[in-house]
Amino acid sequence: MIALRTFAASAALSLALCACGTEPAADQTGPRPTLPGQKETLLPPMKIARPAEWEGAKPTVPKGFSITPIATGLKVPRQMLVLPNGDILVAEGSGGGAPKLRPKDVIAGYIKSLGKTGVKGGNRITLLRDADRDGAFEFKSVLIDGLNAPYGLALVGGDLYVANQDALLRFPYSGGTTRIDTAGQVVTKLPSKPNHHWTKSLAASADGSKLYVGIGSNSNVGERGMAVEEDRAVVWEIDRETGAHRTYASGIRNPTALAVNPATQALWAVANERDELGAQLVPDYLTSVRPGAFYGWPYSYWGANVDPRVHPQDPEMVKKAIAPDYALGSHVAALGLGFVTEGGFGGTYADGAFVGEHGSWNRQDLAGYKVVWIPFTNGQPSGKPQNFVTGFIGKDGKARGRPVGVTFDPVGKALLVADDLSNTVWRIAPTRSVR
Amino acid sequence: MPAALSPRASSAMHPLHSLLLAFPVALFPGALLSDITYLQSSEMQWSNFSAWLITGALVFGGLALVWSIAALVLGKPLHFLALVLALMWVAGLLNAFQHSHDGWSSVGTTGLTLSIVSSVLALAAGWNGYSPSREART
Repeated sequence: MIALRTFAASAALSLALCACGTEPAADQTGPRPTLPGQKETLLPPMKIARPAEWEGAKPTVPKGFSITPIATGLKVPRQMLVLPNGDILVAEGSGGGAPKLRPKDVIAGYIKSLGKTGVKGGNRITLLRDADRDGAFEFKSVLIDGLNAPYGLALVGGDLYVANQDALLRFPYSGGTTRIDTAGQVVTKLPSKPNHHWTKSLAASADGSKLYVGIGSNSNVGERGMAVEEDRAVVWEIDRETGAHRTYASGIRNPTALAVNPATQALWAVANERDELGAQLVPDYLTSVRPGAFYGWPYSYWGANVDPRVHPQDPEMVKKAIAPDYALGSHVAALGLGFVTEGGFGGTYADGAFVGEHGSWNRQDLAGYKVVWIPFTNGQPSGKPQNFVTGFIGKDGKARGRPVGVTFDPVGKALLVADDLSNTVWRIAPTRSVR
Repeated sequence: MPAALSPRASSAMHPLHSLLLAFPVALFPGALLSDITYLQSSEMQWSNFSAWLITGALVFGGLALVWSIAALVLGKPLHFLALVLALMWVAGLLNAFQHSHDGWSSVGTTGLTLSIVSSVLALAAGWNGYSPSREART
């Protein structure tokens, strides 16, 4: 009868699709998160924060910092890159296109779209410039357009790399350029069919010889068949000169952002884990990406916790699965990862990473919808995540914005946050330097 | 039996009502067969087939149910048909939700059981609905 009541509610266009109520939230952050039992309800707990305008309001930042929008009216900004001269590049786009195979795909796609912007992805890279260093980015130009859902960005020497949803491209870049008209050179094609998780995250190794691309799975947990999961849920290591690639790590369901820790030069990722095992499973995570490691997807999560939905199961692979380093919480949808460089903001913000959490749909109590700071010591997370940018959900429960990419700007000493709901780039800087 | 309660009413179904009823009669057992194939093969496409078959059965079975209730209100002796269709539709709806789960959970024991229940109820509805009325038989 719960199901009937729930169905009546959904027929009445309510988005509270689960009558199972909220459970007290377990602490699911840090290296050893609490993992409750699996809970496959008839309908998954589902809650989408409907969008609303900022109307002059702004996200909340800690005391001693101020936040300003430095670019608005963008077309779905995702990841960013700060160039050596202080210019900021913003990748704008929306990809995907996996076919709707069953009625659920149609319905779930519609429900999730209610929490997103109506703007069509720009398929371009926008450049923002603050020539006089006053914190106001007075100049804006389209650096590259005609791209195909660009996401990851990296600069190595005079080469700008853009990870489209189907290929890694190289563009010649020289300091101060505001427009690149030459066609990108394909370094390597990237797995792109059917691109259920389409984002291709990108990072360059510290010495610049290798490029790492995160390639998400083609399903939640293998329900499109394992044939389409070839070369999915992996991180590729690509030789920058030849374009040759190898699988660097696997079983990472959706590695949505990659970054090199400047303190140790190790590759780190944030990844989104599987849905529909309950409101508190499975925690999304932040992890160093160990070469050759298998992180469990789809067979198991957080080490050897077997997912019963995968059939046939594979006990051999479950044995190989290792647990990631650090949990961020279930369904927070971590999409951004940015280490601070050159001492960050100093004090407690001298060593560590910011993580952008786009926000949940698969739980009644909204999770994520914020940017957190994770302090590091000796190359490892050394404390609980601390809220850094919040206030994306208003008192009315509606979302004003949803954070995606987070990038530390060592030139202007600021944190940049791309918001793909209000189509804004936010800049957070210490108040003393902004004046 | 219904004819005895209401001698003037015919229990014969309107042709359109019969056509609507034909869908769940065919589609629910079809879903049961594709469920069994999925459980034998682990090939997800069979579960996808089931999900669409169940959805089709719910859409047309729902219309057949609405028609039966309307006819009932108008005095046609369709109590049994309406009751069986209602039970079938509820079982089918639960099954549609079950089939929206991912991977093995889209069928499993629960999905298979619900497919059997909704198939049996659909066949019972068809048996009852398509049986000639008592007058016609005697």
